[in-house]
This record gives sequence, structure tokens and C-alpha cells, in this order.
Amino acid sequence: MSILINKETRVVCQGITGRAGEFHSKNCIDYGTQLVCGVTPGKGGQEVLGVPVYDTVAEAVEKQGVDASMIFVPPAFTGNAIIEAADAGIKTIVAITEGVPVLDMVRVYDKIKNMDDVTLIGPNCPGVITSDECKIGIMPGYIHKKGNVGVMSRSGTLTYEAVWQLSEVGLGQSTCVGLGGDPIVGTSFIDLFKLYQEDEQTEAIIMIGEIGGTAEEEAAAFVKEHVTKPVAAFIAGRTAPPGKRMGHAGAIISGGKGTAEEKIAALEGAGIEVAQSPADMGTAIQRAMAK
Amino acid sequence: MKIHEYQAKQLLRDAKIAVPESIVARSAAEAADAFTKLGGPIAVVKAQIHAGGRGKGTIKSNPEQHGVQLVKSADEASTVAESLLGKELVTIQTGPAGKQVQQVLVEAGCDIARELYLGIVVDRAGGLPVLMVSSEGGMNIEEVAAKTPELIFKEHFHPDKGLQTAQVAILCQKLDITGDSVKSAEHFMTSLCKLFVDLDCSIAEINPLVVTGSGDIIALDAKITFDDNALFRHKELEELRDLSEEDPAEVRAGEAGLSYVQLEGNIGCLVNGAGLAMSTMDLIKLHGGEPANFLDVGGSAGVEQVTEAFRILLGDKEVKAVLVNIFGGIMRCTTIANAILEAYKQVGFNVPLVVRLEGTEVKEGRKLLAESDVDIIAATDLTDAANKVVAAAS
Repeated sequence: MSILINKETRVVCQGITGRAGEFHSKNCIDYGTQLVCGVTPGKGGQEVLGVPVYDTVAEAVEKQGVDASMIFVPPAFTGNAIIEAADAGIKTIVAITEGVPVLDMVRVYDKIKNMDDVTLIGPNCPGVITSDECKIGIMPGYIHKKGNVGVMSRSGTLTYEAVWQLSEVGLGQSTCVGLGGDPIVGTSFIDLFKLYQEDEQTEAIIMIGEIGGTAEEEAAAFVKEHVTKPVAAFIAGRTAPPGKRMGHAGAIISGGKGTAEEKIAALEGAGIEVAQSPADMGTAIQRAMAK
Repeated sequence: MKIHEYQAKQLLRDAKIAVPESIVARSAAEAADAFTKLGGPIAVVKAQIHAGGRGKGTIKSNPEQHGVQLVKSADEASTVAESLLGKELVTIQTGPAGKQVQQVLVEAGCDIARELYLGIVVDRAGGLPVLMVSSEGGMNIEEVAAKTPELIFKEHFHPDKGLQTAQVAILCQKLDITGDSVKSAEHFMTSLCKLFVDLDCSIAEINPLVVTGSGDIIALDAKITFDDNALFRHKELEELRDLSEEDPAEVRAGEAGLSYVQLEGNIGCLVNGAGLAMSTMDLIKLHGGEPANFLDVGGSAGVEQVTEAFRILLGDKEVKAVLVNIFGGIMRCTTIANAILEAYKQVGFNVPLVVRLEGTEVKEGRKLLAESDVDIIAATDLTDAANKVVAAAS
């Protein structure tokens, strides 16, 4: 098995009639994803890419039995789109949209954190992919090879780099998850460590973090106590100056907190193999597995 | 988006939150007038720049002059304003070049009994906004947090419910605020929490927060930063933006939809994705070089935007070599290759260009470059790219 999504997953795209929504829906279908319908309010009854469009997520759930959603709606409407999906009973919600106001995510997070069976990935993320089975997101499918390494990351293209390095050294991936680069996202490294630890297909895990916040430190403490599988990590932004936001809203060293040094020390303290160079992510997981 | 202290104080005033009376001055004469108008025996002249540490900071050409000074007459207000306006103020947050003072705030003196700290941010781990207070006001709060974290008290609040009376009571007790001051504190705290939510702030910090001799709670300083992602629903805040406070190259990049941060080194970087862009900076440093910038062209940029990115990079006189590191996802390698050809045509490359392409349409992208007459140093992976660009820059 894998985590979160597999070849049985039935996917709806919220915002399928938009340019990005349609483009990436097509790529997902081409990859083999069962993307069975779309939702755009006011455009119900249309057909896009050969799949039906509904006005609401509830209708998509009722008519198509979808259990995962990929969200491409504009930032101003993303919060409501996530809540609509959760209320309609969608279990895995993947919000790709970049630029969602932080307080909108505060409201969303406050609502869904108590909904046990709902997993929100993102926003501002590349999505989730289970190699050769299901792709919900914008990552280039062809670099992913089926295998046993779980990959999770706060960044997009850096994840592609990691996956590419893994494939180059002959290590395939189980499920690869982009958590998103915003200060508040639906799923943490810890949430995924729990899933990877339980997953039979996953034999080792690589975590790609970046400066800002304390998510990596919290994850390190969790790994030390609860994860028995080999773990490797990389932290982006070692040379970033304090107070400057590095692209992601979440990637900022403020008040002397969230530096790469602190994170690396916490990770190494938990017995995690830390890649010192971004070119070393593939070999770091090899070293972790050889331990 | 950052704003000036005087603008933040006006927002507080509009929300009926107590601040001292003050007047903005853009010349020495205006500062003297302001002192007279305020009518008190003393006033404080405060340099207005987008950086903290102004009180300890000094004027670059005149290290005797600090950024904040007490004055006792209109003449003195004029003299101090004269020595601040148009000069570069260097603080711990500005870097060695400092920032030019375009205006000063002349503020009525205030009877200070105690100096406290108050700040609101969104707590990432808790997923909610958090109000933080401390009795150690006026100090560097990072230092308080590091050395005596037990002196900082926190209460989380939901954006739609606001700070509750019971929470204020707890904080007042911790801060030893008693009697009539409790009412003043409650109004101050709940109103500021509401303002934080109403205006989609990312930071609202009052340091120091003052308890006056008569027991009133008042904001002696105010720092407000807005969530850039939410500015679309606050058109009224746009006019508060002061472009002269921002790096011109960063403003220019922002207009083209690029994310750019100026750094001190000599290797220009052009990368897609924030994580990969940060890692590229790290990689250059690891190989003994110094990055000149962080530049994320994002995923959906077209040839014109990427060409603009090259213009910005090549416009930086410090840049001795450029590294293009692209892992195509949504971004296609062909878009980058075409932008390289376009930039070559429009501006030419006066420094060596190392290019590493991978991902979507990589074969087509490499072919475009190979068949052109642009002189490019091709790299196969990250280590190869870093070695080549560091060698090219030195």
C-alpha cells in the first residue's frame, strides 16, 4: 500500500474550468489518476476533459463517489472551497493555490483540526503523488519511480530535485507529499511520520524542510520517540539572512528563531541523517538505510 | 507590507486605541511648529524608517546623533530634525548602509510609570493568533524570550471571537496591572486584537506599552506589518506603502511577479521555486562562493518575465557570474531557454553563465541552447553547477 492516495482514489478538481485547473487535471488524468469530475459554482452541467462539472462538491460526492479533491480556485475563495470539501465528506483535500491570506487558513484549520478523518494538504503546495498509481498536483510525473521511500517537503521544486536524486541512485518512492510553504498548512511532518511509520510499502523516509517556524524541531522530537524506520533530512536556507522572507510566506527567520542551524542540531540529535548539501539528498537516505 | 510608526499610530487612533499626540514633520521648520502646536514642555523627535532599533541607532555621517531624541524647545526640535532629515540612520536592522530619514515624528512627552511589551502574531504551531505581553518592555524582546521566557505571557484567540475578558484578567494579573488600569488595559488589548484581525496584520507590536502616572495604558511605539496575501481586500492600505523604503531591484522584481531578495555576494542566481532557490544559495556558499541574490521566478512566469529577471541580475554591478538552476515542473525548460536567448539578444551577457536544466521539456530546452550562439557553461547536476559558477566568478 501507500499513504493517502492510491489507484482506487476517485478525485474531483475544484476549479477545473480555470486555466490552471484544466491544464493540471489533464496531466493528472494522463498520469493515470481517476479524476472523475470537476466542480465550479455556476458551471454545473458542462463537460471539461470528458468529465462532468457540478455546481457543488456535495453533488460531486453524491453522483461520483469522490473521496479526494484537488483545489485550484483563486486565493480569495480557497478557504471556503476547503471547508466546502470537508463538509461534503471528502477525506483527502489537496489545496494547490498559492497566496491564501493567513487568517483565512487560521479559520479553516480551526474548523478541520477536529474532523478526524479529514486530511488537508497545503495550501501553496505541489500536491501528493503515489508513484505509478495516482497524482493529485502539479509535479512532473515522469521523475517518480515506484519504490519504498516516503518523501515529504515544504517546498515544490526542491522536492522534484530530491525525487530525481532518489531515482538516480535507484531508490523509488512510495508516496511523495508537498506540505506547502505557508505559515499555516493542513498537515504537518508529524502527521505524515505517523502514516509512513504504519505503511508497509514505505521502508525509509526523507523530510525536506526549510527555515522558519519550528515544524522540523517538533518532527525531530517525534521521530526520536516514535519512528523506527530510517530517516534522512535536508534543511533549505542555511545562508538566508534574518528578517528577509525567502519566497515562501513561511520561510523567514524572525526574532532569531527558525534558523537552519537550530533545525539541523535538533534533527541530528534525533539520530536523523542530515544532508549537508542539497546535492546530497539521495545519498543521505542511502546512508540512513545502511545504518 | 511594512509601514511607518506614524502610519501605524494613525491606524491605532482610528480604532480608538490610546497613543500620544504627535505630528509628522518633513522639514526642520515643520518640526519646530509641531513642538509649539503640541504645547508641552517636552517632546520626542523620532526618525521614521522601516526598521527597529532607532533609539540606539545613529546617523551614519554623525555617530553622535541617535534616531530618537528628547527635546525641550521648538529650536531644539528644529535642530534635531535638521540633523536627522535626509541623513542615513544605521540601526541593528538596517545593515551598514542605513536608511535615509524622509520624515520625523514629533510626539508629546508622556508621564511614564512603567514600560511593558505587547505583541500580536499568528502562532504557526497553535494555528491561531496569539497576544504576547511582558513586564520587560522597552528592551529587546528577543533577548527576553531567549534569557527569561517565563516573563512572556501568551493568550491565543480566535479571529472571529476575539480576546475574551477572562483572558485579559489573566494577563493583567501577570503584569500586575490593577485598579482602574485594568479597564484601560482591557480596552487596549481587545481593540488591538480586533484591529489585527480586521486589517489582516502579520505583526502588531507595541514596545514599549506604557502605564502612565495616572494609570492609563498608551502605545509609545507601534509597529504594524500586513499579510501581503490579504492586501487584495484592503485597498485602503495601499496608499500607506512607502516604495522609497524598499530595495529598487526588489520592487522591480515584484512588479514582474518575481520573488527577489538582494544579498551581498557576486554570484547571481536564477531559480524556479523558493526551496530550490534557497538551496542554490546554500550550495554556492558551500562551494566557497557568495550568492548575490535570492531569485525565484515561480512556476507560471513566461519568457518576458524571465527575461526581466535576467535584466535585474545583469543590472547588478557586483554580479561576476550567473547560475541558472531550473527543475521544470509547471515551468518548462524551453521557457527558460527562450528567455536566455531573448536576454542575450536584448542585453547581452557580460559575465559567464552557468546553466543547469532538468525536468519538463529538458531535452528541447538544452537543444535550443546548444544550437544558439550564446556562450553557456552547461552543468549536469547541482555539485557540477556550483563548482563551475564559483570558478567562473573568481
